Amino acid sequence: MRIEPLGDSGLLVRVVERFEAEESLDAVLRATRQLEVAQIPGVSGFAPAYTTIGVFFDPAQTAMFDELRAGIERALENTVDLGARMAPTIEVPVCYEGEFAPDLEDVGKQADLSPEETIRRHAAADYRVSCVGFTPGFPYLSGLPPELATPRRASPRKEIPAGAVAIGGTQTGIYPRKSPGGWNIIGRTPLALFDVERNPPALFHAGDRVRFRRIAREEFEAFSR
Amino acid sequence: MKIVVRSAGFLTSVQDLGRTGFRDSGVSLGGALDGHGLRVANVVVGNDENAAGLEATLGTVRLRFEDERLVAWCGGGFSVQICEENLPPGRAGFVAKNGDVTITAPNTGGRAWLAISGGIDVPLVLGSRSTDLRGNFGGHDGRALRAGDTLPLGHGPAPLRYERRISEWSAPATWSATNREAPILRIIKGTDWDRFTTEAQGSLVSDAFIVTPDSDRMGARLTGPELERIEPGDLLSEAVAPGTLQVPPNGQPILLLGDCQTIGGYPKIAHVITVDLPIAAQLWPRTRVRFREVTLGEAQALFREREKDFAVFRAGIGLHFR
Repeated sequence: MRIEPLGDSGLLVRVVERFEAEESLDAVLRATRQLEVAQIPGVSGFAPAYTTIGVFFDPAQTAMFDELRAGIERALENTVDLGARMAPTIEVPVCYEGEFAPDLEDVGKQADLSPEETIRRHAAADYRVSCVGFTPGFPYLSGLPPELATPRRASPRKEIPAGAVAIGGTQTGIYPRKSPGGWNIIGRTPLALFDVERNPPALFHAGDRVRFRRIAREEFEAFSR
Repeated sequence: MKIVVRSAGFLTSVQDLGRTGFRDSGVSLGGALDGHGLRVANVVVGNDENAAGLEATLGTVRLRFEDERLVAWCGGGFSVQICEENLPPGRAGFVAKNGDVTITAPNTGGRAWLAISGGIDVPLVLGSRSTDLRGNFGGHDGRALRAGDTLPLGHGPAPLRYERRISEWSAPATWSATNREAPILRIIKGTDWDRFTTEAQGSLVSDAFIVTPDSDRMGARLTGPELERIEPGDLLSEAVAPGTLQVPPNGQPILLLGDCQTIGGYPKIAHVITVDLPIAAQLWPRTRVRFREVTLGEAQALFREREKDFAVFRAGIGLHFR
């Protein structure tokens, strides 16, 4: 593990050197929980992603780099009971039909799979959230079956609807709100991924386990009501 | 207890010192791009440092005040008038009931922050009154202001004396007037410094870069000598912060500002130090900017020094509001 300055009001904890999906995410998640529990004075937030954790401190509270690094090293030696918070599994209902899935055929075609088989494979895999970013609440999921990997579209769409489930390269993700984007859209979930009235506001956090459950249009519509 | 926006300018928004603690949900820090400038203006009118004020960008903003208030501003080469009277940056001005405040942006561009005694009392969203313009939440309806909007104000502290319309107390000019003819931003090495060629490292601290028109609250995009990496290739996304200088594959750096994403995959060649972010917040298309390297120790010493000066300043101004 290495700790490096990220400017003069943050630092970057490199928990592991290489990204090996399961082990790395477990290690980053464990370290994030250890840091949260430690309540290090002046620390205002964490940004975990893949193999690292960004740790930000309120520069007005005079916590300085060396002091903070020592605090982080101590916190990471503590044992904490992670229990069920370690990595909750979130089930995401997805409708893969009609206008919800404009790029489903393209994704299948380049892997020589029927739309039906593409859906089956996408919904059968186990995923984990590698990081949350791009827009508030957007989860980057690792675990996509390699044959479904599809390059981003040459020209991004100006508007992708909220809840769109999409594939970009070797990752799959879900758009929390209407936004532009270049990923291949293969379905839609009725879940609200980001809501400022909730605490925490995002449905997904780095390390969470995710499963997609295929639903019919009727169920999607019932959910949305 | 409120102000009416008679003219909104372009991209005027409610901002405080930002939204901390939700980066793991992908929520940007946001807030005033020059948080220090807003703190200073707040202190000058007797507010809490983190009270919400307005960030003005372009055009002319006109506000009608329903009741008596003090206002103060910090920022670029703007002109601010209370009715017909000019209010210099860093001083408190008295606005009478039904008085107007006009904020006019310079042609050369920039940003300014207006504090109003009592603060703008929009609801707290995720612990902040800042407008998240990309997420469309916080501030006033999650968006930039429009003519006709009304903004509620909080209860303001009353100053001891009202006989002067412009205060005799003021903030240091280095804090309140932050436009610079030829800005030089101090940087410390970034986590990916060693990924760049010796030529790129040399260029960064010796050549000038020019701000391009596609810059916004997320970042100032710069054009200049191409900053080349030793080995190209994708990196895993990791945390970034306001001040991070990242370099996409085209070799043209982007200086991230308050609304930047929480994580990014471009290599981080350097970081602008916290005390120079107020200068960075004034970068505008066609500005020529240069960078100078300092050590992390120097950056933190400069920060501690500023905070010490700020504490003295705050205590001094506070005497007028007891």
